[in-house]
Amino acid sequence: MRHRPRGENIIRFDSVGLRYGLGPEVLQDVTFALPSGSFHFLTGPSGAGKSSLLRLMYLGLRPTRGRVVLFDRDIATTKRYELPALRRRIGVVFQDFRLLDHLTALDNVALPLRVRGVRESEIQKHVPELLSWVGLADHLGAKPSTLSGGQKQRVAIARAVIGRPDLLLADEPTGNVDDTIAMRLMYLFEELNKLGTTIVVATHNELLVRRFAHLPRVHIEHGMVTKLREQTEPE
Amino acid sequence: MFGRHSDLPLTGDATSRFLPWLVALMVFMASMAVAGAFVISGIIDRWDHDVSGTLTVQVLPAGGDHAEAATDERVRLAVEVMRKVPGVLMVKAFDKKRTLALLEPWLGGTDVVQDLPLPRLIDVTVDSSIRLDLAEISERLSHAVPGASLDDHRVWLSRLINLSRTMQWLAVVVVLLIGAVTSATVVYGTRTGMAVHHGIIEVLHLIGAHDDYIARQFADRAFALGIAGGLMGLGMAIPALTAIGWAARRLEGGFLPSLSLSILGYVSIGLLPLLAAGLSMLTARLTVHGTLSRMP
Repeated sequence: MRHRPRGENIIRFDSVGLRYGLGPEVLQDVTFALPSGSFHFLTGPSGAGKSSLLRLMYLGLRPTRGRVVLFDRDIATTKRYELPALRRRIGVVFQDFRLLDHLTALDNVALPLRVRGVRESEIQKHVPELLSWVGLADHLGAKPSTLSGGQKQRVAIARAVIGRPDLLLADEPTGNVDDTIAMRLMYLFEELNKLGTTIVVATHNELLVRRFAHLPRVHIEHGMVTKLREQTEPE
Repeated sequence: MFGRHSDLPLTGDATSRFLPWLVALMVFMASMAVAGAFVISGIIDRWDHDVSGTLTVQVLPAGGDHAEAATDERVRLAVEVMRKVPGVLMVKAFDKKRTLALLEPWLGGTDVVQDLPLPRLIDVTVDSSIRLDLAEISERLSHAVPGASLDDHRVWLSRLINLSRTMQWLAVVVVLLIGAVTSATVVYGTRTGMAVHHGIIEVLHLIGAHDDYIARQFADRAFALGIAGGLMGLGMAIPALTAIGWAARRLEGGFLPSLSLSILGYVSIGLLPLLAAGLSMLTARLTVHGTLSRMP
């Protein structure tokens, strides 16, 4: 892991706009910066543009205007063949998990390591360890179709963190689980944050945000960032 | 290549069902075309070898009361002229009996034609490493011997060779067309596969897979399907070629030139499955790279 000194910006958006095709702008003049080692909520009502903003962050899209700087690299001037190296520093928990149905839990979690060319012996050592840590030691060979929503979510989280990313982006990670599991996931994210990973959790769950009220939030409405609340000390 | 890990479930794709059969058909047709090209090449070489280094002098029969003796005299003179030409190794005149024997397969029994005024032939063997001035020799010969002319076989041979070369090029064009059709099918199959597995490809892309990591999986699959189809095609071509060769040998000798295939021909046909698999693999790889380059 190449964690940066806390406080330096790991990601910066300057007047970023995004539109799909010839449609209206779904993001307008988005400007904010996230310091390294921070933990932010990304909040806003459904359809406000949270997922689009996350897609820009995990390099699933390029902005139609404005500037995105990630790990000190201006994405507009970064060559396409250099982007995989940046993506490998980002872990993503997708809203719909996006697990590969034909692969086992173990193989799903191993994917980020396999694309990096990690040796199979290392994979067989580390992946079961991580799956045990998220409570899925008995489901290494299970296909996603046989797992519950919560179990799938944990596989998705394990896949996102197996490569020890500098930046973890989670899109509604608590959307399909009960409150107990949601809290456990949040504590897991806090643990990862303490280890140096910058975390952004997109959610429209106000209850969850209130429970972790000390965490700063980027609030987005109608495609515009309307509030950027700074971090406070936990009560 | 085989046994490498694959994250994409390509084995159940529609491409897996039709590509091997298509490649099999293509390899079968390419085998026929390549065999044809090599057989033609062999025939040309044999013709060329048989007639290079040889010339034929034709002496027209003399007229008059002592036509036979006069013709013999013409032949003797022509033999003398040819023996003096530098580079000539052997001069052998065919007497009338031998000439009649040569005509027998076409004109029947010698009794019928022995009274006809037949031209006489002189077979001349020359050193093929020496370049002869054939025009000068021909002029000298016709001056010294009335009714004598020189035939170096090149006019009729060059026409046959031109025809054969055209057929060889046609075979090459057929093989190229077969390659193009195979490539087009692989492009179509690969694009379909990418559309079917778009979700998986996007996940791999977003977790940091290089384009070649994804392209390699499609390429490996295309190679496996290509080699399987290629071997099926070869399996069909070998009995077909054997049957054609057997049928050709059953015809009367001399009516058709030998249709045997050289070692190089067999090796070339044997390599066709590998070539088809390689072409499939390369096409799949380039197709995936081309499609992925449009992703952010």
